[in-house]
Amino acid sequence: MHKFFLYYSLVLTIIIFIPLYRVVKGPTIFDRMLGAGAIGTKTMVLILTIGLVFNRLDMFIDIILAYAVLNFIGTIAIAKFLGTEKSKE
Amino acid sequence: MIGNTLGIITLIGGAFFLLVGSIGLIRLPDFYTRNHATGKSDTLGIMLVIFGLMLIEGFTLNSAKLAFALIFVFLTNPTGTHALTNAALNYGLKPWFKQQTGKGGSRCTGK
Repeated sequence: MHKFFLYYSLVLTIIIFIPLYRVVKGPTIFDRMLGAGAIGTKTMVLILTIGLVFNRLDMFIDIILAYAVLNFIGTIAIAKFLGTEKSKE
Repeated sequence: MIGNTLGIITLIGGAFFLLVGSIGLIRLPDFYTRNHATGKSDTLGIMLVIFGLMLIEGFTLNSAKLAFALIFVFLTNPTGTHALTNAALNYGLKPWFKQQTGKGGSRCTGK
C-alpha cells in the first residue's frame, strides 16, 4: 500500500510536467494562465498523495484546502484583470 | 479490504483523467478547445482522486474534510474556467475554424 502511493506520486509528477510545455510556449497569455491553473489543480492531488506516503493526511488536507482557495482566487483575479483589456488589432 | 480495492481502482481512474486533460492541453489547436479539455477532465479527475481517498480513509474526520474539499473543487474549478473563457472572449480572441480561407471564414460568432 505504501509502495503503491510512492509510485502513484511518481506518475503524478510526470503528469504535472506536461502542461509546463503550454506555459512556456503559449501563443497568448490566456494559454499560459490555463496551464498554470492546470498545474495547480494537479499539485493538489500530489500533495494529498504525499500526505498518504508520510502517514500525516490530517495535516496535508488543511494544506490542500488553503491551496485550492489560493488557486481559485488567483485565476479569478487574472481573469478579472484581463477581461477589461482589449486586443491591439 | 474492499474499501482499499475500490479506492485504488478509483485513484487509477482519476490519474487517467488527469493524463487525458494534460494531453488535451498540449495537443488541441485553440485556446477555447484547450480550455474545454482541461476544464472538464481535470475536474472529474481530481474529484475521482478525492473520492478514492475517502473510500480508503473510511468514516473518520479526515473523510469529512475530504468531502468539503470535494464540494469546493466541484464548485470552483468550472467557475475559474468560465471566468477565463469570458475574459478571452471580451479580449477579442478569435475561435479556431477548420477552413481559414474564404470571405469571413474566421469571424467570431460570439458578440
